[in-house]
Amino acid sequence: MSTDSQTNDSHTGASQAVAPPTNAQTFENVICAFCGCVCDDLSVTVEGDRITKTARACVLGKAWLEGHTEESDRAAAYVDGQPASVEKAVEVASDILAKARYPLIYGLSSTYCEAQRKAVALADLLHGNVDCCTSVCHGPSGMALQSVGEPTCTLGEVKNRADLTIYWGSNPMESHPRHLSRYTSSPKGLFRPGGKKDRTMVMVDVRPTPSSKQANIFLQVKPGKDFEVIWALRALVQGRTVRESAIAETGLTLEQLEDLTERMKSCEYGVFLIGQGLTQSNGKHMNPAALFLLVRDLNAHTKFAVMPMRGHGNVNGIDSVMAWQTGFPFGVNFSLGYPRFNPGEFTSVDLLCRHEADACLVVAADPIASFPRLAIERLKQIPLIAMDAHESETTKVAKVAFTTATTGISAAGTVYRMDGVPLRAPKLLPSPYPNDEEILTQMLDRVKQLKNIPQAN
Amino acid sequence: MLRIVNGEVYDPLNGIDGVVQDICVADGKIVAQVDPGTEILDASGMIVMPGGVEIHAHVAGPKVNSGRRMRPEDHRKGFVRSTPITRSGTGNSVPSTFTTGYQYTGLGYTTVMEAAAPPLEARHVHEELDDIPIVDKAVYVMMGNNYFVMKFIHEGEFSKLKDYVAWLLESTGGYVMKLINPAGVDRWKWGKNVHTIDDPADTFPVSPSQIVKNLSRVQQELGIPHPIHVHCNNLGNPGNAEVTRQTMEAVGDLPIHITHIQFNGFAKSPKNDFRSGATELAAYVNKHENVTVDMGQIAFGSTTTMTADGPWQYQLQKMTNDKWVNVDLEMEGGSGIVPYTYRKRNEVNALQWTVGLEFALLMEDPWRVFLSTDHPNGGTFRSYPDIIKLLMSRDYRAEILDQLHSRARTYSTLKEIDREYSLYEVAILTRAGPAKALGLKDKGHLGPGADADIAIYPKNSDAKEMFSNPSYVIKGGDIVFAGGVIVKDKPGRTLYVTPGYDKQLKAAIHEEFEQYYTVCFDNYPVQVDHYMPHRQLIPCTPRSVK
Repeated sequence: MSTDSQTNDSHTGASQAVAPPTNAQTFENVICAFCGCVCDDLSVTVEGDRITKTARACVLGKAWLEGHTEESDRAAAYVDGQPASVEKAVEVASDILAKARYPLIYGLSSTYCEAQRKAVALADLLHGNVDCCTSVCHGPSGMALQSVGEPTCTLGEVKNRADLTIYWGSNPMESHPRHLSRYTSSPKGLFRPGGKKDRTMVMVDVRPTPSSKQANIFLQVKPGKDFEVIWALRALVQGRTVRESAIAETGLTLEQLEDLTERMKSCEYGVFLIGQGLTQSNGKHMNPAALFLLVRDLNAHTKFAVMPMRGHGNVNGIDSVMAWQTGFPFGVNFSLGYPRFNPGEFTSVDLLCRHEADACLVVAADPIASFPRLAIERLKQIPLIAMDAHESETTKVAKVAFTTATTGISAAGTVYRMDGVPLRAPKLLPSPYPNDEEILTQMLDRVKQLKNIPQAN
Repeated sequence: MLRIVNGEVYDPLNGIDGVVQDICVADGKIVAQVDPGTEILDASGMIVMPGGVEIHAHVAGPKVNSGRRMRPEDHRKGFVRSTPITRSGTGNSVPSTFTTGYQYTGLGYTTVMEAAAPPLEARHVHEELDDIPIVDKAVYVMMGNNYFVMKFIHEGEFSKLKDYVAWLLESTGGYVMKLINPAGVDRWKWGKNVHTIDDPADTFPVSPSQIVKNLSRVQQELGIPHPIHVHCNNLGNPGNAEVTRQTMEAVGDLPIHITHIQFNGFAKSPKNDFRSGATELAAYVNKHENVTVDMGQIAFGSTTTMTADGPWQYQLQKMTNDKWVNVDLEMEGGSGIVPYTYRKRNEVNALQWTVGLEFALLMEDPWRVFLSTDHPNGGTFRSYPDIIKLLMSRDYRAEILDQLHSRARTYSTLKEIDREYSLYEVAILTRAGPAKALGLKDKGHLGPGADADIAIYPKNSDAKEMFSNPSYVIKGGDIVFAGGVIVKDKPGRTLYVTPGYDKQLKAAIHEEFEQYYTVCFDNYPVQVDHYMPHRQLIPCTPRSVK
């Protein structure tokens, strides 16, 4: 390894710059695992068991890091709401999972890949079901990729090359606050030395947002009409005639669409950045599929790419892990002893609403706070196991709850940016709690014992 | 410890051609002798060979995984159930990781090279390799369209180029310098390509020829065990054999490996139609001992094509109008993925089938041509037993040739070639040769000191049957496959090099790195302790180049 990585603090994975005379330590180039941007240029000061100062973090990252406490008043594990040892909780949880006929493992978007790999292994062993937050966010983008492919790029190409960026159904000012300044609105890139003046930014959304105020052009689409707009753009890019009446219900004029078409065809490098406004609105996976086809069409004229704005810090990681271990990115079922994929059948909300899942392990997610009512009701009926760094709506009602170290703060591990670039998130603080990988490994071993399966050497 | 007795041993690196002799194993290695009373494995009626060595396949990393994500319909054609000791998976054209390890093992292969790793995403490659069990692996690092490679060549800074390559290999846990359509992928970032070896890249005005020349010298001076591994320009187009020959000429007498030569081995008619270019190319390679090649043979049927050659994949998608993944990768290259079906009655596919076979059969020196399908591009590695049968049987070739588009008979010389590979030559083509070319001294043979990676096949006049169904596979001294199933699951090792470089390099690249990459310089190198928990350093032996 190079000198630089050798001098890295192996404990944190981040390089240590200045150590002030107090017991405060400042780390440079720290990776923030909070959202899908996974910025890796933060400066973070640690004093004792708290992060006391951050620099270059966005409002979300700053609050996440500086607000973090290792809640040592919480027990490492609870069974039936009572403090328990981790060993005991692993035993009870493993027993529940091993006995279940249709166990579901859900969440995983805010933990690191090493733990995700164990969670998928556990589902495989249990002949159960494993699903991640993707099934309720960018699952439709994944299905669009399955349908038509996806012309994409890494964030560096957006910074270095893109002269036209188009956010669609995304509000990065509030969801990914540094995305604009680092990649789209103003950065100086290899072929965009002028920064902001070399770039045009377009926002397409159903209402004005803090982000749309930053855009050069804002196009307000009527809710649920994204597909129609994209399809009209495909026609225009292909040189066909589009009647004003055909787009009357979209809220946009032909003039606006023709202007956008001209900009897309004549730019040097264009990028769509798509949010859940596109993937979770009327049309679902048909919307990103249509957009991916539009991008394909545009490559006959210039260079164009598209990237989903992945939300949670490592939601892209769990898609990757599931794909390499099973072939499918979310909603995977092992009931027949091999992986099967069918969104709507093997996705968590559907499994719960149909009362099929009879036990559930939630890792680093809070479905009791976010799922539809029927799914929550089912989660409360069945034995529920939750692993989370903090008390959550899910841990509150879980039969077994583990308090875990936090990915990127008190547990180190791999996280994938929204563009698939993998980074190693640091352990900045000590934690009295075990990490997700440790707990899942213990569960794997225990379930093997219960099923009389020999342990791997 | 183990003593394998009564087997017919094929060990070309030690000159052993079908001799019945004992092979002894202790502590994961082949040894001269083991204690009397050691466990005996009776290989009567069986063929004993070193474990197979895969020199070029796409098995792990972001591109392979996008291929998996893109093809749910393909996975349903091949799924694998879990067993008490093995993981489940899906396994048609782009097998999941565990399945990849088990399937290679099930063919008697024990070492597999991942042929194209994007440096920025090397952690991903290693995470997947860690989930590919049993086989040993190594990573080819993409360099042919790298910003700093092109910059230092453009500036004539050879020593910085050398340091940079060494740093890049170390930062990525890599083993081989891989060039893929050098300069062409850089141009693809603006939707263009190069078509000759003198066309310049876009970011810096350096040509494929300059890139190949400079990097071949770097490989020698750093002493990297395997030559530069080159996917030539103009892949897939009629007449590209010319570019392939020029690429080989560009390095003079320095070592070069031309990969999947079938895809780069087309001549063209005056009307720009496809012809086989195998005869001329094989004649050139026969005369130039610095050149090694792998076949890139196609197998008929449906597969998933994936390569860092983004512009070629765009062109292919235009032909198929099927799904298309493209990735532009900042500062380093890109990739493209397209499903494809090779059809016997398709003129070009039929010719492609002949080109790979012709080439292997026309190579006089079996030590310089290796079996590959460029998995999964030409077809999957599971077609190797069939390809071996094609090489070993003229009758079988004639039988298939008769089923193909007529141009396969008129525009190629395959039907006139009588040569049939012997088992000894097959052992060279699939294990001894690739191990030697990769500089893996402990692989590809069964002499004392070699890794105890052994494939034992039931002797059968039908080579396809035989090579599809090993009786036993031994990896690192353990019997891992027997009776048609995996009997022991264990991790394989990742092989890597650390050629060493001048630490001043950081000053030469730091500023631009921080400006144009979107990750910090300090966060770029792979932490080998975490990402390569089972690893083995292979030494470099620098050579001076005049």
